[in-house]
Amino acid sequence: MSGAFRLPGGLVDRDRPLGFTFNGRRYRGFAGDTLASALLANGVRLVGRSFKYHRPRGIFTAGSEEPNALVTLGMGRNALPNSRATMVELADGIAAFSQNHLGPLGFDPLAVTDLLASFLGAGFYYKTFMWPKAFWERLYEPLIRKAAGLGRLPAGADPTLYDKGHLHCDVLVIGAGPAGLAAARAAGQAGARVILADEGFRPGGRLLAERHEIDGARGADWAAAQWQALAAMPNVRLMPRSTAFGLYDHGITGVLEQVAPDARAADKPAEILWRVHTRRIVLAAGATERPLVFPGNDRPGIMLAGAVQAYVNRWAVAPGRRVAILANHDGGAALAAELEASGLDIAAVIDARRDPAVVATRGRRGLRALTLADGRRIACDALAVSGGWSPNLHLAVHRDGKPLWRDDIQAFVPGEVLPEGLAVAGAAGGSFGLRDCLAEGGGAGRAAAEACGFTVPDAPGFAADNAQHPPAPIWELSPGRGRAWVDLQNDVTTKDIRLAHREGFRSVEHLKRYTTLGMATDQGKTGNMLALALMAGHTGRSIPETGTTRYRPPYVPISLGALAGREGGHGFKPVRRSPTHDWAAARGASFVESGLWLRAEWFARAGESGWRASVDREVIAVRAGVGICDVSTLGKIDIQGRDATEFVDFVYCNGFAKLPVGRVRYVLMLREDGIVMDDGTTARLGENHYLMTTTTANAGPVFQHLEFVRQCLRPELDVHLVADTDGWAQIAVAGPKARTLLARLVDAPFDISDAAFPFMACATLTVCGGTPARLFRISFSGELGYELAVPAPFGAALAEVLMAAGADLGVTPYGVEALNVLRIEKGHVSGPELNGQTAPKHLGLGRMASQGKDYIGRALAGQTRIDGAETARLVGLRPTDRTQPLSAGAHLLEPAAPRTQTHDLGWISSVAFSPTLGHHIGLALLNDGEARIGARLCAVDAIGDTEVEVEIVPPQFIDPEGARQRG
Amino acid sequence: MIIDHPLLGPRDSDEFTYLGDASLLDRPDGLGEDAAARFAEYVYMRDNPAGLHRELWFHAAGDLSWLVVTRNTATHEITAVELASDVTRARRAGK
Amino acid sequence: MGRFSALRLLREGLTGNRGWTPHWRDAAPQPAYDIVVIGGGGHGLATAYQLAATYGQKRVALLEKGWIGGGNVGRNTTIVRANYLLPSNQGFYALSLRLWERMEQDLNYNVMMSQRGVLNLCHSDAQRDAAIRRGNTIRLSGEGAVYLDAKALKKDWPFLDYDNARFPIRGGLLQPRAGTARHDAVAWGYARAASDLGVDIIQNCEVTGFDIRGGKIFGVETTRGAIAAGKVGVAVAGNTSRLMQMAGLRMPIESHVLQAFVTEGLKPVIPGVVTFGVGHFYISQSDKGGLVFGGDLDGYNSYAQRGNLPMVEHVAAAGVSMMPMIARARLLRSWGGIMDMTMDGSPIIDRTPVEGLYLNGGWCYGGFKATPGSGLVFAHLLATDTPHEAATGFRLDRFARGHVIDETGHGPTPNLQ
Repeated sequence: MSGAFRLPGGLVDRDRPLGFTFNGRRYRGFAGDTLASALLANGVRLVGRSFKYHRPRGIFTAGSEEPNALVTLGMGRNALPNSRATMVELADGIAAFSQNHLGPLGFDPLAVTDLLASFLGAGFYYKTFMWPKAFWERLYEPLIRKAAGLGRLPAGADPTLYDKGHLHCDVLVIGAGPAGLAAARAAGQAGARVILADEGFRPGGRLLAERHEIDGARGADWAAAQWQALAAMPNVRLMPRSTAFGLYDHGITGVLEQVAPDARAADKPAEILWRVHTRRIVLAAGATERPLVFPGNDRPGIMLAGAVQAYVNRWAVAPGRRVAILANHDGGAALAAELEASGLDIAAVIDARRDPAVVATRGRRGLRALTLADGRRIACDALAVSGGWSPNLHLAVHRDGKPLWRDDIQAFVPGEVLPEGLAVAGAAGGSFGLRDCLAEGGGAGRAAAEACGFTVPDAPGFAADNAQHPPAPIWELSPGRGRAWVDLQNDVTTKDIRLAHREGFRSVEHLKRYTTLGMATDQGKTGNMLALALMAGHTGRSIPETGTTRYRPPYVPISLGALAGREGGHGFKPVRRSPTHDWAAARGASFVESGLWLRAEWFARAGESGWRASVDREVIAVRAGVGICDVSTLGKIDIQGRDATEFVDFVYCNGFAKLPVGRVRYVLMLREDGIVMDDGTTARLGENHYLMTTTTANAGPVFQHLEFVRQCLRPELDVHLVADTDGWAQIAVAGPKARTLLARLVDAPFDISDAAFPFMACATLTVCGGTPARLFRISFSGELGYELAVPAPFGAALAEVLMAAGADLGVTPYGVEALNVLRIEKGHVSGPELNGQTAPKHLGLGRMASQGKDYIGRALAGQTRIDGAETARLVGLRPTDRTQPLSAGAHLLEPAAPRTQTHDLGWISSVAFSPTLGHHIGLALLNDGEARIGARLCAVDAIGDTEVEVEIVPPQFIDPEGARQRG
Repeated sequence: MIIDHPLLGPRDSDEFTYLGDASLLDRPDGLGEDAAARFAEYVYMRDNPAGLHRELWFHAAGDLSWLVVTRNTATHEITAVELASDVTRARRAGK
Repeated sequence: MGRFSALRLLREGLTGNRGWTPHWRDAAPQPAYDIVVIGGGGHGLATAYQLAATYGQKRVALLEKGWIGGGNVGRNTTIVRANYLLPSNQGFYALSLRLWERMEQDLNYNVMMSQRGVLNLCHSDAQRDAAIRRGNTIRLSGEGAVYLDAKALKKDWPFLDYDNARFPIRGGLLQPRAGTARHDAVAWGYARAASDLGVDIIQNCEVTGFDIRGGKIFGVETTRGAIAAGKVGVAVAGNTSRLMQMAGLRMPIESHVLQAFVTEGLKPVIPGVVTFGVGHFYISQSDKGGLVFGGDLDGYNSYAQRGNLPMVEHVAAAGVSMMPMIARARLLRSWGGIMDMTMDGSPIIDRTPVEGLYLNGGWCYGGFKATPGSGLVFAHLLATDTPHEAATGFRLDRFARGHVIDETGHGPTPNLQ
């Protein structure tokens, strides 16, 4: 189909024809078209259905405020629902589809709701669907949900790439209409770093739609020339297709950039989210026209007057053959002259201030005629409506402040107190004359540059006319004569406003929430003002007394993909890998997330029946021979200074003053509320030098806490901290043959014998012929154990050397799963017990706390309780019937007690199958746990549908006296 | 938000983590007689003003300084930024 | 006023909808009441309703500084659930959930309570174990919960990222009877029912001070004059510290901003509520098709009712990471509410040291689901001077006593809870 409605002239490139489809039919347009202008050029008027009543709808605007013309672009995974046809830059091959209808667009059975409109007014659903009770989820709600919604989200991952970045500028100018261009020009000439962002793909704003001249040049040409001049300035960044969607604290502005269609590629981002750091902002975002309310005002073909003007002048498209014009100001007549000059038939110019009102419209799928109050019937296929313009003040009030009402233009403008650094210029501030816009823009640009310390050269102003058409305070025509729409997308009519008033929903917030006014994808840009005025009329209050709802970001809807940037999917968080990662992978390790880290969970061998077989083998190897396990992920904090001892003594509940150099202590760090924050070991490497280890999960928080103590509580101490987790690779070597293995690595003259290097000793030394190392004789497994640390780059090599040196000893790499089994067998607490709810006494570690000193957590440690487990103590447990498994998370109750909350005695925190003992074991936090040792309780896991009788035992299943680790 | 770090100049608040009321600088003596009561107050109770609020921020992705930021909780305007260690030292000296 | 029913809708529809009347009386303040409830949000309205409906109180006023329902009850992600770990919380929320289930019949107002299930995803063995512990607390409280492994999840939740997620989805704890409700309707429904029972709902009436003499309260001062009251109940989410300061009381509370978000309308795609276990992200789909979601607090004290861009981006990233398809949905609206964040993440419903002054606050970001339960137990406390049996843990002095109710184990750092 050719462009039957295309006029001569315009700002489209007729040498670049583009093909596209709408609902499968092929059409042609030109470069420079939007999807909306191309559809109109081809005579397509019905483009969608409204949200609630599924009314036929056409293109209503020429901008981002479009309520009706929402389409899905593309198909399959590439489908992009709810795209505003008025903002889609036409590109070759675009496939667009209408939304929100069953069956074909022209015949939507859901339009039956329209016939029932009397029963489906605002809030009808609050009054019904309550009987019978169960029918809401089963019947009513599914029906409503199916009928509601607009486009369909494609399933699966989004193939589009998104990116984000930061920009910094002295002056951000929002909007490249006359005011914005003048502002950017002034600030740019002064040498300020300027960013000029505009949501459209062509600069000029309303200059493209109107026929003004500036300095004798056509407005669009002037805009292009200004744009070119700005492009030549190295200190100016021009950002077309970029919407400033939100103003945040301290001048930070969110800007979403759409990449131009012809610059798109599968491997390049389609949208870029910019966080723009500004010193000054000039808001020159223009204004949005609003319609008038009259019966039948929602038909395809009824369009904002400014949009009609834009389609004719910019895109050279006639929105209809015979156009009627309806306005509450003098602009109607002016528009008629313009359209006539373009060769359109003017059916009528109706001045809402004096002429008989429109009482009805006809044409189900497109406007055919109007009826006036005097009975006249006007045949027309397009109606241009204007009820005045509302300044786009949104960003001026995103942070604080209330808009101010101006009677002379019948509109809200930004308040007198603006956010610091922000100025408003042109129509965004309520100035509608072109000369005023240019002057205000230039002035705001100059002032912004000056405020940033630039000297602004004198420049002549721009010559232009200053015609304006202030509207009369007329909002609704022919009230009570038929259904008249206020919010087109959400189908809010004047009757709904009246009903809201009748039912007491008279504040704007109530009105919005009760009627859904302004909650559609157009955010009420064309409808909210009308509704406010109507409500003001009902209540007898003025419009400013009625007030507006709060303006909040985003100014237009923006994709979640752009907000997420590259942080979706696997990019959500960085991955940390230990120095032995590749070595472990080569040995058959599988990995598990531990915070941001990946840790080897076990090292499966060929022929093993499953993970349990691997883990059992690893545990047995440690208990019987020797195993090695990467523990590099544990946090390491280096503490040095003359007051290091006093510092360490203060942050741990243990006493430290007496710890000799060359010794390690198992330590508990408390929060100030007395709850355990972390556990670990701390080694005294020198008189004033400690090395603290933290759990993997708490490395960051503990370091922050230590710096808090150092800087905020004890700045007088001479102590310094370095987080050194990534600096060292650390490998646990555990098992009866651990010493034999390590003796083969340590360099002479280091003496690793038990006498010279006993349990809880530490040393700095060299290994493997000169590699610097640290050795700690500590044991998480309960076996004879060491941890050997070398600089991180040697980590993988150390693992190799250990494997080679221990081949005859049967050295076995083990993962965190085996590590967990070993520690449960030994009764050591870990993450499930140190869950932020337990104090030392709950863990049976109360005796570790020093009595003779002040330390973090001292005052409250004794009194803090766990809700529901006030007298909890750590215990061990095993199934009475040893063949039964245990489940972590089961609760403990007396066998005969009712299975209710009041009889809950505690819960199982950790379980494991112990290959050493041949049955399941667990650790639990149990009320009066010590007194219950020997008792039998029931482990109730309603989630897993099991109940297992368990025996309560001390938490140490293996070697409670500690002979092995001291061996 | 932008925090004007006394050593580093303006930095994005994204680089910081937040702890809360700067009254946490005034830790009572853990060995004091009424330590439990005073610590319950210190740990749990807050003025929580709607207006100027002195609060602790940690430059986690920066120089690891703890800062005392004076910020209006109603408008988010920041009027002063100090090094917490300076604040604590000054308070001690003033005592 | 008349009951709501399908029949009435039909009758009104046929007669031009002229018979409808205000849902609640916009009352002017009387000089004195037996009980004054401050705060026209969900909790205040529910309390006023219960005082009249359950405890037979005749002279009750509810004071709201703006319009009812304008606070957090109208700016939340509408999630209703009772899936807590600790018994003091779970017992209360279980009661609340049962009240939700009969709210529509109690109030004769369709609040669209939709029990489509709340799913909490687990991404590690440790999270699964914690979920099972929680699930068993829930079951012992008499409520429902089931654990679904990843394979079972794929049936109803096929769109989650099972293949390329940074944190793999191991399974999830599902509470089938949890769901969502239409938040505004809850406020309006309670207002209508309370008003019908004689409660004076007084809007645009801000409390500016308390009349406290000799440690006892005698009334409140307001922008519409002094109002005498035998008892005063405060239910002013987000502003608890400010109000209680007028009574000379310091609170274990910080006010924080929590942002929430909704996308453009989309055809039904998400069956219930799903929460991400690592990124703090929760999402559901409204009956109108918008995806309603939220995440963490912005993290700093604020009374500004708006947040900043970093958290918007972070929440979107968590969402897209969990369910990649939503990248193509567009954010339509965002808003910020002020949360009373307590030092243990659990609420306070208690008498205060001032005789006759009672507090209901500290709901953190979980107040919406508590609305009916909170109304009942606070009304019970106001009317009988004894804590309701389902709320005995929510005492103001629990911090000094060391009996905190710390669900997340983050301790007294509200911005991490």
